[in-house]
Amino acid sequence: MNINGVQIDATFAEAFPMRATRVIITAQNLKWAYHAAQAMTGFATSVIACGCEAGIERELDPSETPDGRPGISVLIFAMGGKGLAKQVETRAGQCVLTSPTSALFAGISEGEKIPLGKNLRFFGDGFQIAKRINGKRYWRVPVMDGEFLCEDTTCTVKAVGGGNFLILAESQPQALAACETAIEAMKKIPNVIMPFPGGVVRSGSKVGSKYKALSASTNDAFCPTLKGQTKTDLSPEIESVMEIVIDGLTDEDIKKAMRAGIEAACSLGAENGIRRISAGNYGGKLGPFLFHLQEIMA
Amino acid sequence: MTALTFTLKAETKQRVDVSPLTPDRLADRPANDIGAELLQCGNRQIRADELFSIEGQNSDCLIFRGSSKLDYIGKGMSRGEIRVEGDAGSYLGMHLKGGRIVVNGNVDAYAACEMKNGEILIRGNAGDFLGACLPGNKKGMAGGVVIVKGNAGDRVGDHLRRGAILIEGDAGCYLGSRMTAGTIAVLGKVGDHLGYAMNRGTVLLAQMPPSIPSTFNDCGAHTLGFIPLLLKGFRGLETRFSEMSDPLKRVRRYAGDMCGLGKGEILVAL
Repeated sequence: MNINGVQIDATFAEAFPMRATRVIITAQNLKWAYHAAQAMTGFATSVIACGCEAGIERELDPSETPDGRPGISVLIFAMGGKGLAKQVETRAGQCVLTSPTSALFAGISEGEKIPLGKNLRFFGDGFQIAKRINGKRYWRVPVMDGEFLCEDTTCTVKAVGGGNFLILAESQPQALAACETAIEAMKKIPNVIMPFPGGVVRSGSKVGSKYKALSASTNDAFCPTLKGQTKTDLSPEIESVMEIVIDGLTDEDIKKAMRAGIEAACSLGAENGIRRISAGNYGGKLGPFLFHLQEIMA
Repeated sequence: MTALTFTLKAETKQRVDVSPLTPDRLADRPANDIGAELLQCGNRQIRADELFSIEGQNSDCLIFRGSSKLDYIGKGMSRGEIRVEGDAGSYLGMHLKGGRIVVNGNVDAYAACEMKNGEILIRGNAGDFLGACLPGNKKGMAGGVVIVKGNAGDRVGDHLRRGAILIEGDAGCYLGSRMTAGTIAVLGKVGDHLGYAMNRGTVLLAQMPPSIPSTFNDCGAHTLGFIPLLLKGFRGLETRFSEMSDPLKRVRRYAGDMCGLGKGEILVAL
């Protein structure tokens, strides 16, 4: 398959099941909602070492938020419900509770409940106030700038993590430009996040390492500087490879995001140095979700 | 199907307990069976069809055309709707678990007494002890919404535990007395001894009362984020409160009753 001079490999991305939740952060203005959301989704690129993968899904208009203020919706993914609950609570406590004028609400109302403000309320030292509004419980925790308003719980749902595709280009700036174009297009798709910095990963990994202590190491087959040193997957003209990793609430959401991203990257075409689109997989052994590139782009 | 309608044949001298006439208890029952239902009237028991002319078939929607002597309308009901055309007696919606009761006239004392959930809309005035508990009990209304378009009497929300009482007119003395939690909001004036022995909960007032009890301490003026959220939650209900998030956004907060736990609050719109 070839789109605009860009070869689409006959391969697939391999993804695995995760648990996810959505939370809504509101604040006096979008600037402060972003401060809280960026803090909450910081150091959350990969479950391998961060405990969760998190990202900003989109901005919310005041008409879309529970308290009628500008907001940000955040998606957080982890390998299991317990781990997710721990990450959500820790991040809510350290990043949102602390952020001026913020309030925190559940963004998913069906599924398995995990605490949001349920335990954070104890920060109120007995002065916290519960309010049940439309069947939902909220906590008003007195803080130095006024009150921190937080929903009691949020819900977790089954989700999919690790959807991906690789952009292979003739130069590093061209690969990055294609990734930026792809990310802009993918940000418009709901229910997905691209958890890595700016949505792009330059250090794709393979399973295993020559060092026994490491479970993953650099994906040498796609490292352009190793073309003559290892069993490479790159042709001579490829000088840079970058990856976009996608977590989504369903596999359909990931497919939509992959299609939007690949389409956008391919729109730059071969004349801009974009030569191939490939994907990372582990031979189909790791995850039950396989995203075949050519099927998605058909 | 038309609503099952109970029209009082003649004014009774005694009060009537109409608690057996609820959508739950009348579901799937034939007309003659409903007419044979015995109702306590003073010290006697009288068949429903002796007191009322009964029309209609839909037992999910009942209409009472009666008098202020019909007590316990909708007691313990969990679903459906009751409409009262005219006034209702005492204990309207007592132990209500769900569904909706609409009264076009006034209601007597103890409306929404120990109510658990559902909605009561009173287009006229409400008597004393609205949303309270029975004498000697310690758990008042524990959920749902009560809307009073007119005025309410004394001791509104006595021992209130949860839910919201929204009064668009005035409220009497001892508003929110002994409250455990929940919300009472009043657009009009309130009487003396506001929040007497209140433990927790919120009283939201659109007007500054003549005096704040000396056992409530001023916590200053604030813009509280939960108020728009709370008022937005009343959208879809027939109440002016759902449109009042702007005028009620900024409030002065008084905490009390300091003679007790002191974790209740009176919020007065600024």
